Amino acid sequence: MGRTPQEVRFSGPCRAAPKSDTNAPVSKHYSALALARHALDPDMPWPKAWESPEPKSSYDVVIVGGGGHGLATAYYLAKNHGITNVAVIEKSYIGSGNVGRNTTLIRSNYMIGGNTAFFEHSLKLWEGLSHDLNFNCMVSQRGQIVLAVNPVQMDVFARRGNIMRLNGIDAELLDAGEVRKLLPYLDWSKDARWPICGAIMQPRAGTVRHDAVAWGYARAASALGVHIIENCEVTGFVINDGKVSGVETSRGRINAGKVGIAVAGHTSHVAKMAGLKLPVESHILQAFVTEPIKPIVDNVISWGAELFYLSQSDKGGLVFGGHIDGFNTYTQRGQFNRIQTVAECAVSLMPFISRLRMLRHWGGIQDMTPDGSPFISRTPVRNLYLNGGWCYQGFKATPASGWTYSHTIAHDQEHELVRDFALDRFEKGRELDEFGLGNWTYKQ
Amino acid sequence: MMLPCPHCGDRDVSEFRYGGDASKQRPQHGTGDLQTWHDYFFLFENPKGPHTEYWQHVLGCRRWFKLARNTATNEIGEVVS
Repeated sequence: MGRTPQEVRFSGPCRAAPKSDTNAPVSKHYSALALARHALDPDMPWPKAWESPEPKSSYDVVIVGGGGHGLATAYYLAKNHGITNVAVIEKSYIGSGNVGRNTTLIRSNYMIGGNTAFFEHSLKLWEGLSHDLNFNCMVSQRGQIVLAVNPVQMDVFARRGNIMRLNGIDAELLDAGEVRKLLPYLDWSKDARWPICGAIMQPRAGTVRHDAVAWGYARAASALGVHIIENCEVTGFVINDGKVSGVETSRGRINAGKVGIAVAGHTSHVAKMAGLKLPVESHILQAFVTEPIKPIVDNVISWGAELFYLSQSDKGGLVFGGHIDGFNTYTQRGQFNRIQTVAECAVSLMPFISRLRMLRHWGGIQDMTPDGSPFISRTPVRNLYLNGGWCYQGFKATPASGWTYSHTIAHDQEHELVRDFALDRFEKGRELDEFGLGNWTYKQ
Repeated sequence: MMLPCPHCGDRDVSEFRYGGDASKQRPQHGTGDLQTWHDYFFLFENPKGPHTEYWQHVLGCRRWFKLARNTATNEIGEVVS
């Protein structure tokens, strides 16, 4: 079967290669030598990064959703658990979803049990990811600085920092003078609306190139034998006697021993096909980029009010965001009042931003759960697993999510790092409420 | 997005507070079954399509009303009540 033009165009980071087709060679190992070889022969197209096989009729495991979490899960199923007869079913092309829509931050500055170990494991996996995948994910540990604008916040940060350090996570408390040395461009004037008292910093936090994460996991999973099926939408589940045995797709039925859902944003929508009603609402989160400027913001800066945070991309644009819009929607169009609020946060912290033009803004749909924490869990349907409900924290969780979800699927038992991410935690009174950031912002 | 307040007419969404799914039926007082309360409180239909929901014109006349909106398009329908 011939490939559609779209498949060729979006087949990975090598998409400039015009002669790419199903039979084209797949790249083996990326290295400086390979780069030099290609530099010397500009006519030679880069080989494809991953295979585009026809779907088989049956797999041991089918992952629904080819985003960061789905691809990472497939990769660790093959690498950690030796399960290579796996298909990742993606309704569009790899990199088209929320993995390319987030603001690329990684951090593990969590405080409560159930979160600390999981997110620290994720950060450790980020630190070695480029080598593990043989793909440069441009992991940049530039440090995250969370600003305090009153003395009480400094007390809260001291407590948070101590708990983080007890859990082996790096944290440093900075006084106002130290913050001013690092971030001289903040509003330090006497009449600043938010006088900065200090900050808590996680030096190992930072940013990652998010497209590279999708491409790197896809390439590494494909090299281990995982089938990545793009442009194929799951339209239903085959369930008999409370047990799943396959999925219906736009390209026909695919049988599966086990099925894992990893479609955050549309988790309710997909789970409904399996008869599940979940503690999830879909909300829009907006993000913003200014016109590119010369390097000025060396770290990730965030600020508790309105969940405002900001970093500078390698292209020079200031990337920032804030809260969700506040009502459930699947449209990827943000509301203007949220743009205004976030812009006001930016200008009140960094007055120079008022002179920059906003280049782009976009919205992504994310699962919001009542306690603001995710699910990596078995479901009431046997052999059907759920990964979703990531709220604001999906991207930074990607490696540990794949690591623990693959374990959960392989052993039919939740990994010890995600025991608190169970789907039935609300029934059992075990909410995991780190920040009070559920979907009920409108009821607070 | 403009919302049709039954009292004030079309006003910007920034003047309103969202109140959640209006199709949910609160269990009767005295219902002791925890599963019923769990399902009412924690589970969401979260449809991609037609949705009936509560809004309050909190920065205007402060009236609560029920509105039909399509969550796939944000198309605003009728004020239900």
